[in-house]
Amino acid sequence: MTASTLLTDLAPLVADTTGLDSGDTAWLLAASALVLLMAPGLALFYGGMVRSKSVLNMMMMTFGSLAVISIVWVLVGYSMAFGDDVGLGLVGDPTQYAGLSQLLSEESNGDSGIPLILFAVFQGLFCVITGALVSGAIADRARFGAWMVFVSVWTVVVYAPVAHWIFDFSTSGHVGGWMANELGVIDFAGGTAVEITSGASGLALALVLGRRIGFGKDPMRPHNLTLVMLGAGLLWFGWFGFNAGSALGANQTAGVVFATTLLAGAAGALGWLALERWRDGHATSLGAASGLVSGLVAITPSCASVSPVGAIVMGLVAGVVCALAVGLKYRFGFDDSLDVVGVHLVGGLVGTLGIGLLATAAAPTGVDGLLYGGGVDQLGRQLVGAGAVFAYAFVVSGIIGLVVAKVMGFRIDEEHELSGIDLVVHAETAYDLHATAGARSGSGVLGGPTAPREEER
Amino acid sequence: MKLVTAVIKPHKWEDVREALETFGVTGMTVSEVSGYGRQKGHTEVYRGAEYDIALVPKIRIEIVVDDDDADDIVGIVVKTAQTGRIGDGKVWVSPVETVIRVRTGDKDEAAL
Repeated sequence: MTASTLLTDLAPLVADTTGLDSGDTAWLLAASALVLLMAPGLALFYGGMVRSKSVLNMMMMTFGSLAVISIVWVLVGYSMAFGDDVGLGLVGDPTQYAGLSQLLSEESNGDSGIPLILFAVFQGLFCVITGALVSGAIADRARFGAWMVFVSVWTVVVYAPVAHWIFDFSTSGHVGGWMANELGVIDFAGGTAVEITSGASGLALALVLGRRIGFGKDPMRPHNLTLVMLGAGLLWFGWFGFNAGSALGANQTAGVVFATTLLAGAAGALGWLALERWRDGHATSLGAASGLVSGLVAITPSCASVSPVGAIVMGLVAGVVCALAVGLKYRFGFDDSLDVVGVHLVGGLVGTLGIGLLATAAAPTGVDGLLYGGGVDQLGRQLVGAGAVFAYAFVVSGIIGLVVAKVMGFRIDEEHELSGIDLVVHAETAYDLHATAGARSGSGVLGGPTAPREEER
Repeated sequence: MKLVTAVIKPHKWEDVREALETFGVTGMTVSEVSGYGRQKGHTEVYRGAEYDIALVPKIRIEIVVDDDDADDIVGIVVKTAQTGRIGDGKVWVSPVETVIRVRTGDKDEAAL
């Protein structure tokens, strides 16, 4: 018996027991786990870029987002993003899937080939990554409790509505969001909802919190570029789940997206490196890591709309443009500490608007951009979508940030910022590298903290 | 007795140690230090932003020696650590009043 006849014999058995497609479901399970891996990847990417006195706080903002957004998303976020529209395509019904208990039975999946509860979790991890990305704008200086409150409210008020606009497609018996259905914006995996939203929210928070002490004057160089490189690599790995998983199936689209995601990351690294070699004289490791992330950001919305060569062009352009854009904060004097604006907002714009230029009808989304003879129609739709998401995320995140700052205080004391946020906010230090570490006197003879004394135990 | 202190380029440390051992120096204290002199540090570039890093890594060697050996040891360090380029470092000599070996309580020359 050959393998194909074996499959034919078994197929009816599988189909009879469930309406689910096991291949699609298996891929989405794996893809969701890959997206989760982007969180520790981002924590390393960001953590390596800050000074050693604040690496733990930086990583905790990502892990804190992972913990709190997962829960807020399941309780209400998913329903507001993917529930039936309550009017004008702006937001979903917050009660329809509150708590997700409506999605426990197989019948609740309707004619979907994948479990909807798995789809809900997959989408929730997108929100986690977006929220965690925002924290890069406020490194070294935000109170942890205030951050957790901000990102919880932000999930409900900023991310869930934007995800509804972009990702919630109408079906028979379900009305979705205005950008996906009325406007016709193409955003396959989140160039607007994830990248532009995180960049705009990060910019708003950087302005609310203000500049770090010594910004633009003191050298605030990355304390560990090996962590940054490892984090960028893990992000890339996870990005295959993010983009190819957004095909929601193990199919041709997923294959195309996998290829474009690889190529745009590679081209992004080369674009950034070429620019800084020409401008500054050296190709740096931070440039390689930043460039590949820039390319991945740009391909996120466009991964199903361009050819492989189109993906290379997209990545190269994003690498060069983002390498230039990270200098904006010094020109305009806003302390977007880890360049959420320069990489994610600008890269997201490159990708979202780039669809209007580089999209080819031969790709899965089936639309031609300007350079492929499609005229300016799609470019116009992309422009409106990008502008609306930027404006909404910037304004509303700014308001939440101001309220949090007013009610509970968002920024740590000046003295604590100087001595280091890890020690003050988390009562920990990331590294103990002294030869005398672990000695009887505690973790270091000179100036280290002392162990609890006998009578205090 | 004299204390010879040398601040040199890190990559010259192995050469200096070998030369001093050949001369007969039996021990020294070595530390990794940072500082700057006339070269005023160096520049690093992160995401296009140039940082002037004032402090340059150096190796500091401290040796307590007999008065008679001090000049020879200084000569060896200077000759071995020299590259002729900016940032080669400094060597200086200071008087030492008393030395005691902790294990035995030996004093001064007997403790060297």
